[in-house]
Amino acid sequence: MSKFKKKKSGGTPGISTASLPDIVFMLLFFFMTATTMKDSDLKIENTLPKANQTAKLHKKQYVMYIYAGKPSERYRASLGASDRIQLSDKISTVNDIRNFVISERASRNSEDEKYLTASLKIDKNVKMGLVQDIKQELRKVDQLKVNYTTSQGSVVE
Amino acid sequence: MAKREAPEVNAGSMADIAFLLLIFFLVTTTIGVDQGINRLLPRYEENPPPPPINERNILRVLVNKDNQLLVNEQVMELKDLRVAAIEFLENNGTGQCAYCQGKGNPKSSDSPDDAVISLMNDGQTTYETYIAVQNELVAAYYFLRDRECKKRYGVTFREMEYVYNDPASKAREGLIDDLKPKVEKIQQLFPMRLSEAEPKKNF
Repeated sequence: MSKFKKKKSGGTPGISTASLPDIVFMLLFFFMTATTMKDSDLKIENTLPKANQTAKLHKKQYVMYIYAGKPSERYRASLGASDRIQLSDKISTVNDIRNFVISERASRNSEDEKYLTASLKIDKNVKMGLVQDIKQELRKVDQLKVNYTTSQGSVVE
Repeated sequence: MAKREAPEVNAGSMADIAFLLLIFFLVTTTIGVDQGINRLLPRYEENPPPPPINERNILRVLVNKDNQLLVNEQVMELKDLRVAAIEFLENNGTGQCAYCQGKGNPKSSDSPDDAVISLMNDGQTTYETYIAVQNELVAAYYFLRDRECKKRYGVTFREMEYVYNDPASKAREGLIDDLKPKVEKIQQLFPMRLSEAEPKKNF
């Protein structure tokens, strides 16, 4: 009888992969909770102004986004340097807001419609003339709930 | 001497480590939530009729193209606007508002119900200034509402309103019905009469 086991033939034993699902699920859960989807690629500068009297926006399904600002460096040659509006992913004019709001409304079910808020993400250097035009358009289509989306901070320096 | 067999790695605790990490990330990550100032725009009318309001019940806030403030014909710094607005809103000139703590100046507003803040911008005012002014005026209203709400119901108006407006609150039986009269009561005590005039166009 031999005191030593005979060495098995073949290379190193395989590492157990039993915990691989755990790791994968962990990563999955992490990314599921931590990510916020960026749904449109901004062609304009968008530094939000600061405010501290803010309320949180409710779930994304109740929000539509309207962006405004100067075209960013890359697009300045084609779009010019004056303030522009961006709806979802294309540069638009004030007149497009009406159709945008109507199509946003149509894409939600009627139950959610009354909660639908227009989030105005407007660059802090935009002139009020344009903002007023946007608001006027929103009023004309009866989209009265708006949220001036801001970053958190004190307004009094 | 013969080579020893490589021992198998014990993977039993791997799941524990994985869960530990998972919990760590769950606790530490904050999901970015958009925040902003909620406002309700007035309904569009072709020719809005001028409201019959006494001059003393209006606080006129003008912002010019250089982002300077003029409040009731006087130049004002932004940091003083909030206090001025609070003083104006709860001035209680007629002495009929029991919950106001104002000075009762006869040249200022009669009651919070009559008081109107009229905001007028220039077309060249920057959005940043506009938001700053809005922020201060909203702060003035919420200061008064929070104070009153805290006194009556023990919570700030801001918290109560958020729950009330949250679509998720529909799921809880009776919650909305419970909050509705309270929210409306406070809103009625300090109605937000913040009117915005059309800016003069000069692009």
